[in-house]
Amino acid sequence: MNTNWEILVVDDEEIMRESMAAWLREDGYAVEAVASGREAIAAAKVKDYAIYFIDLKMPSGIDGIETMMEVHKIHPEACVIIITAYATVDTAISAMKEGAQEYIVKPCNPQEISMLVARIIKVKNLQRENLILRQKLAKQYNVQDILSKNPKMHQIFQLIKEISGLRSTVLLQGESGTGKELVARAIHFSGDRAGKPFIGVSCAALAETLLESELFGHEKGSFTGATSQKKGKFEMANGGTIFLDEIGDISPKLQMDLLRVLQEKKFYRVGGSEETEVDVRVIAATHRDLQTAVQEGEFRDDLYYRLNVITIQIPPLRERREDIPLLVRHFICDLSHELGRPVTDISEDALRLLIDRDWPGNVRELENAVERGIITCRGTSLTADDFQFLNTSGNGKKEWRPPCNLPLDEVERQVIIATLERTKGNVKEAAGILGIDRSTLYDRIRKYGLPR
Amino acid sequence: MIVVGLLGLGNVGPALLDTVATSVREAFTADIVRLKEGPDPRYAWDDHRGQHNSEIILRRLLAEAPPDVDRVLGVTSVDLFIPMLSFVFGQAQLNGKAAVVSSARLDPTFHGFPVNPALTAARLSREAVHELGHTLGLTHCIVRACPMSLATTIAQLDAKGPELCEGCRSVLKEKINRGLLFLSES
Ligand SMILES: [Zn+2]
Ligand SMILES: [Zn+2]
Repeated sequence: MNTNWEILVVDDEEIMRESMAAWLREDGYAVEAVASGREAIAAAKVKDYAIYFIDLKMPSGIDGIETMMEVHKIHPEACVIIITAYATVDTAISAMKEGAQEYIVKPCNPQEISMLVARIIKVKNLQRENLILRQKLAKQYNVQDILSKNPKMHQIFQLIKEISGLRSTVLLQGESGTGKELVARAIHFSGDRAGKPFIGVSCAALAETLLESELFGHEKGSFTGATSQKKGKFEMANGGTIFLDEIGDISPKLQMDLLRVLQEKKFYRVGGSEETEVDVRVIAATHRDLQTAVQEGEFRDDLYYRLNVITIQIPPLRERREDIPLLVRHFICDLSHELGRPVTDISEDALRLLIDRDWPGNVRELENAVERGIITCRGTSLTADDFQFLNTSGNGKKEWRPPCNLPLDEVERQVIIATLERTKGNVKEAAGILGIDRSTLYDRIRKYGLPR
Repeated sequence: MIVVGLLGLGNVGPALLDTVATSVREAFTADIVRLKEGPDPRYAWDDHRGQHNSEIILRRLLAEAPPDVDRVLGVTSVDLFIPMLSFVFGQAQLNGKAAVVSSARLDPTFHGFPVNPALTAARLSREAVHELGHTLGLTHCIVRACPMSLATTIAQLDAKGPELCEGCRSVLKEKINRGLLFLSES
């Protein structure tokens, strides 16, 4: 426990500092001893010590208090214990006001000093444990976990870093399987809320009443089945972050309740009469285009504006195909280990096949496909054969057949509608995809009476 | 086997030295060499403190230690201190050669209790094993019953048994296996 902590003893008297250092070393600390304030400051510049024992009165050069203040300039959190003789106790007390953790009057009772050191080190150990834990958590959901060579994704990584320390609500928009939760976690775990809870709720998965009690908790007897009081996810996330997935799917009633929490940071438990106050950062996600939902009257515009403080649009996998080889190799590495298979590689043509697919289920679907491939793979390298199931399970590029029961005009109309949907109404982009002029596209839009 | 040179400093009873010798021999399976009695440590007297400075005694022990012993242990009846602390029961050089222990505060009469030479000897033995343990590189042990635990009070000292705990023994064994402890042969 003690061995990793270093202590600095600063005293001009050689026997004093050496015997003190020796005594502390017996407790397992790494102790250095120096003879002057100047040397102490130099040592503090090289590293931070867990405790600085500094003699108040050093005849030549900088005295103890000045030394302490210089050390504090280098390490504002440094723990300084001032050593004083009985005659100068008053000065030592004023040293406390200048930021000394403690002062000890020499000669000091051994028990007193060993308890003081033990107390400080205990706190240091706890602080270090917390730090390690936080680093671990932060590492676990580092933005590096989201592999990408795509410039749009790199903009997102940059944005995650910039907003992680804020309290603002974040709206994540992207198709299912694009890694919205991973982005939410990255925001949480790279900010100062990392040590606090991250609570995820899928709003689509629950019926309205259940979701309400899930989010806000309930009082005993508030509805059939509520046999005891229950804390809601908002309370559980207090101090941390709540991730509300599929927010676009919630009922008007819940939209109103949610708006209230966002505005007032307060809510009622289901069946409760007292307000509960929380400090929670909200990260919401949806695969729906909320703006359209607002226009269509399905989503409250005031809630939309509350959620839409910072929006991150996560591109679908088909718009960052360059990431597919990267992701595939990552999944092979992870999954073959997890599944206990000797698969380490993938053939050219198998990779080509994966790159060419559109992946409507995005990264998650790709991961599932790699997993299935690994399970059936007979060698150490995945081949196109291992992905045969993709050709029969729908959605793949290869088995797409043009409709053969429609007038050509209707096919054209549907293709234009689908393309405009994909470009969110951006005519220039849609025209590019369709390989026609913008003016031609405008003509068609007029011709088919399409809304823009 | 570790060779420990043992000597009284000034007026120390032979029975006390015998008990210490036996305890140290058993705790470390050490070879004890009884050295010629050292001078009374008045050279370490501090007028201001009214006690003897153990750091100074340690330095003298080191300077005068015979080359054919691995460690040297001085036993004294005078009260010891280091400048920072109001007293010490003993002092050692961690990973060094010399250690000193004092019976002054281990004697029940110091605390107003009746004379009990056996108790004094038992306490001094624990303290001797403790300080020698430091010279062999052991730091404080969390096992209260182990002589290597930190004792700043008599109660803590009396809670100790004579034998090193398993943890300390294995650390020591490791050091012996790696040949780290023998100074006289190197
Ligand atoms: Zn000790
Ligand atoms: Zn032990």
